[in-house]
Amino acid sequence: MNTKSKIATIAVALGMAASSSISHADEDADLVVNGEIEMVVRTAAPAHLEGAVSTIYSGWVFRSDETQAMQADDFDNPGMLFVEKGEQLFNTAMGADGQSCASCHQSSDLTNVRATYPQWDAEHSEVQTVEMQVRECQTEQMGMEEPWGINSGDMLDITAFIASIGRGQIVDVAIDGPAHETWELGREIYYTRFGQLELSCANCHEENYGNRIRADHLSQGQINGFPTYRLKNARLNGVQNRFRGCVRDTRAETYGIGSDEFVALELYVASRGNGLTVEGPSVRN
Amino acid sequence: MAENVTARVRAPREASAGEVVSVRTLISHPMESGMRRNGDGEVIPRSIINRFVCTLNDEVVVDITLEPSISTNPYLQFEAKVTESGTFNFTWYDDDGSVYEESSDISVS
Repeated sequence: MNTKSKIATIAVALGMAASSSISHADEDADLVVNGEIEMVVRTAAPAHLEGAVSTIYSGWVFRSDETQAMQADDFDNPGMLFVEKGEQLFNTAMGADGQSCASCHQSSDLTNVRATYPQWDAEHSEVQTVEMQVRECQTEQMGMEEPWGINSGDMLDITAFIASIGRGQIVDVAIDGPAHETWELGREIYYTRFGQLELSCANCHEENYGNRIRADHLSQGQINGFPTYRLKNARLNGVQNRFRGCVRDTRAETYGIGSDEFVALELYVASRGNGLTVEGPSVRN
Repeated sequence: MAENVTARVRAPREASAGEVVSVRTLISHPMESGMRRNGDGEVIPRSIINRFVCTLNDEVVVDITLEPSISTNPYLQFEAKVTESGTFNFTWYDDDGSVYEESSDISVS
């Protein structure tokens, strides 16, 4: 055996040892929450992704066994603590005349909200996220002078509650009609390289999902599990805050939370998950 | 003073005699370590759950000392061998002197 092939043999052995010590995600597992809510964690990609991606996967698929298990039981899912707070807020009087969300809405009427937002709002001629809809209710229906901030704790709690009652619903955001122009903008942003690292969303989440970027196991960047409880900061994280984190990591100046660009990107990324199920609040690392 | 502290327990309602059952508890609590500083550079006072006790029919199952490095919303899971029907009592002790209690009945056949 010459020296070159000896080195090659050692390298292969080391490679095998290293890969067996890494805790790999179970990419074939299925998610059933509380033994009753059956989630779609992998399915055929929506038609508009033809040529780009054939199967779409929930971010849950890429997480470690332990993290996957946390989301399968509400008692183990720390995000459910915030859902409880959100449910209290839903029933809390906050309007100028003492209205609560529950004054107008039965929570059972809101089960399809998370699955269909962002969506076109004809009255305001804009695409609205759930957060924007909550703020509209607060200022226009409830007479609040200061609606909640889009990334505030209260907003995350109530959007987690709204997501939780829609868990298991199939994500189905509309991308045709008046929303199409916004969707096109989001699509353009998705494929645009940002920052000093010159990375687009697609570079990681379309071309390299399933691979590792240093220690991280790249997902498809699906947002069906938002708001997400992240183990790294032990709290709920909104989707646009996550966008901001991603863009920041490309070493770019980011768009703001609630900006037109991020609303468009949220619509586009949500549409890439049409066919998955609402999981919020999901558990991620 | 910790606010919005809620204790939760998940323990089986039924078991057979001699069975080892799994008990899970969760309490929402900030578990402020006392090591952090706020924006003005002042130390944020320590505020943690410092002790947790579970008894079954007044017999101690676990008696745990919790330290400042334990994460927010402490989740504790442990096992208990049950020989007769009775009641689990759970007690959390807060730094501020508050005591939070929960209980759960179990019937053993």
